[in-house]
Amino acid sequence: MHQLETLYRQIIMDHYKNPRNKGLLDDDRYIKNHIKNPSCGDDITIQTLIKSGEVKDIRHEGSGCSICCSSASVLSSLLKGKTVDEAQQVTKSYLNMIMKQPFDESIDLEDALAYQGVTKFPARVKCASIAWKAFEATLKKASEKTDE
Amino acid sequence: MQNRKKDFPILNKQSLVYLDTAASSLTPNAVIDKLNEYYNEYPVNVHRGVYKLSYRATEAYQDARQTIADFISASFEEVIFTRGASSALNLVALSYGEKVLKSGDEVIVSELEHHSHVLPWQQLAKRKGAKLIYVPLSKAGRITVDAFKQVLTDRTKIVALTYVSNVMGYETPIKEITRLAHQKNAIVSVDAAQAAPHRAIDVNDLDCDFLAFSAHKMFGPTGVGVLYGKKRLLDIMDPLEFGGDMNDNVDKFDGDWKDTPYKFETGTPPIAEAIGFAEAVRYIKKIGFKAIIAHENTLRQKAVDALSNIKGVTIYNPTAETGIINFNLDDVHPHDVVSFFDEDHIALRAGHHCAQLLIKWLNVPATLRASFYVYNDEADIDTFIDSVKRARTFFSDIGF
Ligand SMILES: Cc1ncc(COP(=O)(O)O)c(C=O)c1O
Repeated sequence: MHQLETLYRQIIMDHYKNPRNKGLLDDDRYIKNHIKNPSCGDDITIQTLIKSGEVKDIRHEGSGCSICCSSASVLSSLLKGKTVDEAQQVTKSYLNMIMKQPFDESIDLEDALAYQGVTKFPARVKCASIAWKAFEATLKKASEKTDE
Repeated sequence: MQNRKKDFPILNKQSLVYLDTAASSLTPNAVIDKLNEYYNEYPVNVHRGVYKLSYRATEAYQDARQTIADFISASFEEVIFTRGASSALNLVALSYGEKVLKSGDEVIVSELEHHSHVLPWQQLAKRKGAKLIYVPLSKAGRITVDAFKQVLTDRTKIVALTYVSNVMGYETPIKEITRLAHQKNAIVSVDAAQAAPHRAIDVNDLDCDFLAFSAHKMFGPTGVGVLYGKKRLLDIMDPLEFGGDMNDNVDKFDGDWKDTPYKFETGTPPIAEAIGFAEAVRYIKKIGFKAIIAHENTLRQKAVDALSNIKGVTIYNPTAETGIINFNLDDVHPHDVVSFFDEDHIALRAGHHCAQLLIKWLNVPATLRASFYVYNDEADIDTFIDSVKRARTFFSDIGF
């Protein structure tokens, strides 16, 4: 069987065709991060509302391939409602997983586990990481803000 | 065309349908052997040593320059070795352009340009207060003589256009454009990175002022390319880099430099690469452009005919005259498709191909590009078409 078939399972296709939390809000309490993959034109913005150590809301917008766009949607539904610490751990675990690094399997990645298949397509790892990198940068921004 | 696959070691090592020549061609044994010969037999610097080995290296390096000069009907001192087409085109803008361009002057470019032939002029124009003018492309995306006439004015100083588009595969009527530009005393810089591998070039016949190409797109090694320039223009240009080999006399507070081409080749040049480049040119000559063009036309026509019959495939350049097909599977991002091809051991390119202006002109996020060369055969096209058909079904079935 074509390995793509395993990769593009239900979850990825579902989030690609019916993205959750899509569309940015005009609300400056949100932290915004924009990442581009210049080689293929993937372009994602993640917008996050963090309050009292909790990820209250995540929105996303952008264009790109199915892996890139769906992963932004998966990220938004998975991390919404988590504490900043939890979100940080999930993000780290996810990024390690797709980069074939050891990752903490006790952390439940839920739908995001579907992206493990991307390790079979090294050229696509970037696609699966853009949204998460943007979110990672958001957390960093948020922690710098609270440090001030 | 006889089967050329045996000339390319990578094609005998693994199952591979290589359709990304427009990015880089594969390297034949003849060129690899030539590189090995340099490193095995005379792996020393040029111009400097007075011993026998260095003499041999210098001779080989100079022979390479002559071979490439002959290849485009230029003379020896008009051929400058550079790192590639990009640095050759930058040299024109940063040295010649820097010297002559003034506020209010106009530079004509096009949306078909590779980034390396628009950004250097864009940035220079910004610095100088000159105006960047885009030739309006035809409906099909071509640069036509008529459209060029519309933008050519008395203020035009530079015309910087691609000979063959690396995305659309169209050939620009450079000879006629050059004739018109010269009537206005403008100079013409030609990006021949996609032309030199597939078309005979005679710079005297074209009469263009500058012309650049890279070895790695025409069977040669990476890291070397050529800038051709008319001698009288090269003579008035200043070097961009100063250092070893390019200078004549050096005093404490002043120095002067050698004549072209040496004043532009500071430091140890890409010696092995230049020698390998010349071998690549000999490989092309042995096959002959007539055979190359005929072969590429046959493959392209076969592929275009087959692709046109697959529902849900859009070809953006069905009338191209070189072996490049620019296409998409409708409603599927090219990055998704290219992974499908990869699984089938087909290598082709997805993205904007370093030509974002054209991708914007086409109004798509990105495209797929298949390009052909002498090592492709009809069986490759069959494999490719079969894969496109299965990809189309696959992506439709899973809901794209
Ligand atoms: C039309 C065109 N111009 C310029 C270049 C730049 O060549 P290089 O990357 O070898 O400098 C390329 C290839 O990338 C090209 O296709």
